[in-house]
Amino acid sequence: MSMQGRMEEEKEVWILAIESSCDETAAAVIKDGREVLSNVIYSQIELHTVYGGVVPEIASRKHIEKINQVVQAALDQAEKKLTDMSAIAVTYGPGLVGPLLIGVSFAKALSFASGIPLIGVHHIEGHISANYIEHKELQPPFACLVASGGHSHLVVVKDYGEYEVIGRTRDDAAGEAFDKVARAIGLGYPGGPKIDKVSRQGNPDAIHFPRAKVGESTYDFSFSGLKSAVLNYLNGCRMKGEEINQADVAASFQKAVVDVLVEHSMAAVREYGFTKFAIAGGVASNSALREALAEACNKEGIEFYHPSPVLCTDNAAMIGAAGYYEYLKGVRHGYDLNAVPNLRLGE
Amino acid sequence: MRILAIDSSGQTASVAVWEDDLTLAEFSIHAKKTHSQTLLPMLEAVREKTELAMETIDAIAVTSGPGSFTGLRIGSATAKGFGFALDRPIIPVPTLEGLAYNLYGTDKIVCPLMDARRNQTYTGLYEFVKKDDGDKYDMNVIKEQCAVAIEEILEACNEQACRNSDRSVIFLGDGVPVFREEIKRRVRVPYSFAPAHMNRQRAAAVAALAAKYYEQGRLQSAAEYAPEYLRLSQAEREKKEQEAANAAKMAD
Repeated sequence: MSMQGRMEEEKEVWILAIESSCDETAAAVIKDGREVLSNVIYSQIELHTVYGGVVPEIASRKHIEKINQVVQAALDQAEKKLTDMSAIAVTYGPGLVGPLLIGVSFAKALSFASGIPLIGVHHIEGHISANYIEHKELQPPFACLVASGGHSHLVVVKDYGEYEVIGRTRDDAAGEAFDKVARAIGLGYPGGPKIDKVSRQGNPDAIHFPRAKVGESTYDFSFSGLKSAVLNYLNGCRMKGEEINQADVAASFQKAVVDVLVEHSMAAVREYGFTKFAIAGGVASNSALREALAEACNKEGIEFYHPSPVLCTDNAAMIGAAGYYEYLKGVRHGYDLNAVPNLRLGE
Repeated sequence: MRILAIDSSGQTASVAVWEDDLTLAEFSIHAKKTHSQTLLPMLEAVREKTELAMETIDAIAVTSGPGSFTGLRIGSATAKGFGFALDRPIIPVPTLEGLAYNLYGTDKIVCPLMDARRNQTYTGLYEFVKKDDGDKYDMNVIKEQCAVAIEEILEACNEQACRNSDRSVIFLGDGVPVFREEIKRRVRVPYSFAPAHMNRQRAAAVAALAAKYYEQGRLQSAAEYAPEYLRLSQAEREKKEQEAANAAKMAD
């Protein structure tokens, strides 16, 4: 190989990424932060459906059964070996501590045995970075709404790896509200996709549910009041012997969530003067939210970015993208890296 | 042959490197920090002091449960990571067997006790027997490791020791301080407690026992290995209880 060829090859950065913060065992191989060579996800969702939600102990046990196979598949599909990797990136929080510990312990052992550097990645940073994979041209600064089963954050992305959380939920995460309401109207788990689907047959203006304001804070969210309002409405119907229109309730609830998310997001865009707005997280797959945000961004005259559904769900490709920028910044973690279930962004 | 052994099933974190009947290194600590923060830094110290190259490891031994769910996860995921990176097999060592092996060669019945909470102990019964003309002992499992009420295992100790009037029982493990009063009250045969240098999990004992298991072919690939918890998760247990209650109701 020529000298120039070798140097060019050395410039390539290969990241093996591992994600196990909840109920998906995932691994991916990423080249130079934005090119996905493989993105393997083993979803445990069926195991947890009978319990109506994720059971941490069951999730932990499944992760340990699957992690070797998932990581092997990620390397095989990318036609790479562990020793080809420049770094190993792993989610170390936030999330469920048992599941997180599987990925963290496994990744640390890989790093220890191979000498390949280790990079701990923030799960939310991963979700945001999914946009870098989907939109090769996207660069900070921009504002990003992260909404999933465990998180609802309005984040200012100042630069790669530099974040300021300007809004967060005071109680339930958006996805959590979807799960709880779905259970109450008999749709079951997981609530997000089920409500999304049923809502298409419903009238979003049939029932007016409250849009919560959180005190003085413009950007914070609260969804527990909305959830209670839905439950009260259902109880009221049952007391009066009125029939419940599942699709109307779903659509009206969904509209209430979407309205709040869009309103707060656009308030942030205007206040901070951003020209780019992105969404991330499991709830970012919600079709009503996407449509409403696309329209709102269009009205504001700003660019709207959203990852495709496979990159919205928990996955390791996004962890690899985030890990790449941490790698460039020189971030390396030691063998004492621990799982941090309540890890905050930007700390 | 070289074996790397890991034990993080209880509060003690322990790592050891075994080579042809010699313990090259052993590092154990009983501390408050989580195994996630201590285990690999300990192994890093071992690697540095012994100038150990990881590629020279032939197999990875790990206590395969029961024990603290979190501890088992950290030890097992670490072992599986090593197995993956080095392409080496895992030698799963049942936790109570590894613990009992600390007392190699004793003529007593060995009863390791781990505090399993919920009024139970993880335990088993073991003895060391010498083959006719051999110069080494084999560990014989009298009662396989299990999760039971303390009364149950202490009654089994009484029974086993009474069968042979010469024998006494020796207890060890983190269950000893928890169940000391129960032992005093219920054990009707001579008994003793193991001293500090052998009364908790030690990776050197795990490694020595693993070397025997290796010869017997008791190996698993890193991909197929998973710990045995001897217990369902709380959610699964409650679901089973609910189903049993429903079935009973149906039968009425």
